[in-house]
Amino acid sequence: MLTLDQITVEQGAFTLQADTTLGAPITALLGPSGSGKSTLLNVIAGFAPVRAGRVLWRGQDVTHYTPAARPIGMLFQDNNLFPHLTIRDNLALALTRTRPTASQQVQISGALDRVGLAGYETRKPAELSGGQQSRAALARVLLQARPLMLLDEPFAALGPALKHKMLDLVAEICRETGMSAVMVSHYPADALRIADAAVVVADGSVTAPLPTADLMQDPPAALRDYLGV
Amino acid sequence: MASRVVTIITALIVAGMVLVPVAAVLWRGGGLSGLGPGDWAALRFTIWQAALSALLSVGLAIPVARALARRSFAGRSALIALMGAPFILPVIVAILGLLAVFGGKGLINQLLAPLGLPRLDIYGYHGVILAHVFFNLPLAVRLLLQGWLAIPAERFRLAASLNAPLWRVLELPMLRQLLPGAFAVIFVICLGSFAVALTLGGGPRATTLELAIYQAFRFDFDLGKAATLAGVQLCLGLVAGGVALRFAARDGMGAGLDRQVARWDGAATVSRVMDGVWIAFAASFLLVPLMAVALAGAPGLTDMPGVVWSAAGRSVLLALGATALTLMMALPLLTRAGEAAALLGISVSGLVLGTGAFLLLQPIVRPADVALPVTMLVNALMALPFVLRVLRPSLDSARQDFGRLGAALGLRGWPLWRVVYLPRMRRPLGFAAGLTAALSMGDLGVIMLFADGDSSTLPLQIYRLMGSYQMEAARGAALLLLSLSLGLFWVFDKGGRASADA
Repeated sequence: MLTLDQITVEQGAFTLQADTTLGAPITALLGPSGSGKSTLLNVIAGFAPVRAGRVLWRGQDVTHYTPAARPIGMLFQDNNLFPHLTIRDNLALALTRTRPTASQQVQISGALDRVGLAGYETRKPAELSGGQQSRAALARVLLQARPLMLLDEPFAALGPALKHKMLDLVAEICRETGMSAVMVSHYPADALRIADAAVVVADGSVTAPLPTADLMQDPPAALRDYLGV
Repeated sequence: MASRVVTIITALIVAGMVLVPVAAVLWRGGGLSGLGPGDWAALRFTIWQAALSALLSVGLAIPVARALARRSFAGRSALIALMGAPFILPVIVAILGLLAVFGGKGLINQLLAPLGLPRLDIYGYHGVILAHVFFNLPLAVRLLLQGWLAIPAERFRLAASLNAPLWRVLELPMLRQLLPGAFAVIFVICLGSFAVALTLGGGPRATTLELAIYQAFRFDFDLGKAATLAGVQLCLGLVAGGVALRFAARDGMGAGLDRQVARWDGAATVSRVMDGVWIAFAASFLLVPLMAVALAGAPGLTDMPGVVWSAAGRSVLLALGATALTLMMALPLLTRAGEAAALLGISVSGLVLGTGAFLLLQPIVRPADVALPVTMLVNALMALPFVLRVLRPSLDSARQDFGRLGAALGLRGWPLWRVVYLPRMRRPLGFAAGLTAALSMGDLGVIMLFADGDSSTLPLQIYRLMGSYQMEAARGAALLLLSLSLGLFWVFDKGGRASADA
């Protein structure tokens, strides 16, 4: 349950206002590019400061928490893994600042196994394909075990089939762990595929969430312009 | 927050290490009134030799850079890489190389003598300028080559399709932008010339201010006069440094110069021959003295006096210490303000700092006892601006690419450096460490103010051997110094490259 309480964000001449609660297991942020979807995600994650208003997680004010102190695991558009570290060392950062203990190593292997990368511990990111890198990053979010996952179009560079697989994997993991997710997407089809609810970010404001299917059936004006229907 | 404190403290320490000696110099200097006619001559010579050296370097660099930009030939990229070498070449080694070619018994005189032509004498102002051109022509070539390669290939295509004069529409405008900066940088470098003037110059007609400081210090034991001269040198350096910063040409240390732009001019035989001549001139001007050092030094290597080896050991320790010190100061200073603090050091010459340190320390300790620590510190301060220039872009890009991921994972302070920044900066760190080690290894400056027989470095030992006409041993030691400098640079640079991931 994520509440954006009368939030105002300013970036230069651009202003975005949000006053809504995201309660669905998976919520999609839809809208034209430049509308502020990623900015909103950065506000939730703690990378963009708010001008006014509060960010609440389950009623707790996290507005002034650092990104790491928030209940959030995030998948960025790119650079989700440190290229100079092995997959194991990358994942270990979710658990510890020192060498992972034996039990942590087991945890890491388990997470890799869950995303279909069993046995990839000692590889470097460059030795993995784009899809595999996404899986490794997802495994790290899994290890972070935070209640909310944010996805800033992390699969944008993948082909359609691979992207669908990854989205399905995210949905499965959310179901299994009870994790919520908020995802930014350019493609309504992605939202329809896994998001239970969606909000439209356009013209400097954020609509209330609606079930994704309903939203697509009868899109509001701003979304209609974007979709071209 | 804590890291901000570390940054500020380091900046204050660095600024203090520059400003306190300078203040000591100014305090002891007692105004310009103390300048005699010889000192005014030194000031005049310092300025005009720097201007002429810069003019010649830049002027000769134009045809060489142009030829390199438009010709492709075997060894082209090796030659361009070699143009970066003088930066880490010990001055005393280059001097011995130049002596072997242009000196009294050098190659050129041996060729001239049978023809009954007058003998070439390298000692004097022309020798000083020759050495400065030797060091700075390659730098100028790299700076200008960068300009040539920055002209988009489409422009050359457009100009070719219009049959427009390339020189007037593309090259001259580019040069007009770059030349003032290149001239200013080299002018400033030559203003601070000490080792070149010490070995090839001297006398009333070829003494630079830096050399005059040293002489006032070492021969006249006139600290007041040394301080006055240091004050003059300081003003000169600050003014010229400020002017150069305004024109600031980007430095030529960046990679990617071995690209070659396709162009459609210069197909005529005359221009092909001329380009060939210019390239051959630049290559031999650079290579022949270096080869001469290698060839002439080899026989001397076997029977060098023991002092050479102990000096070499001290020099290696000095270089390693200066490298560690520079990196320790550099990491907290990788900000805009930090770079400004470090730039202080570049406008203040090493000898001025040395003079100040001497004035401060002399009442407390025997100067020879602190020769190596002071030299190490001054070397570190001198290398700092270059090191920051090398490191900052990579830290900025590491921050940009991985700052958010690091923050999301809660990495802060030292763990952030250990896990993210230092590994991302590995290559430039290796390069910067190599630069510092080589610069410090070859430095012949402040050590001369402090050292006695027991604390000399390898460059100083070579200078002493030359002074006592033990040329064989000097050449051997020069080869040793050359190998150690290049070797240290190579080891550090290689260490940065090894298994570095993209």
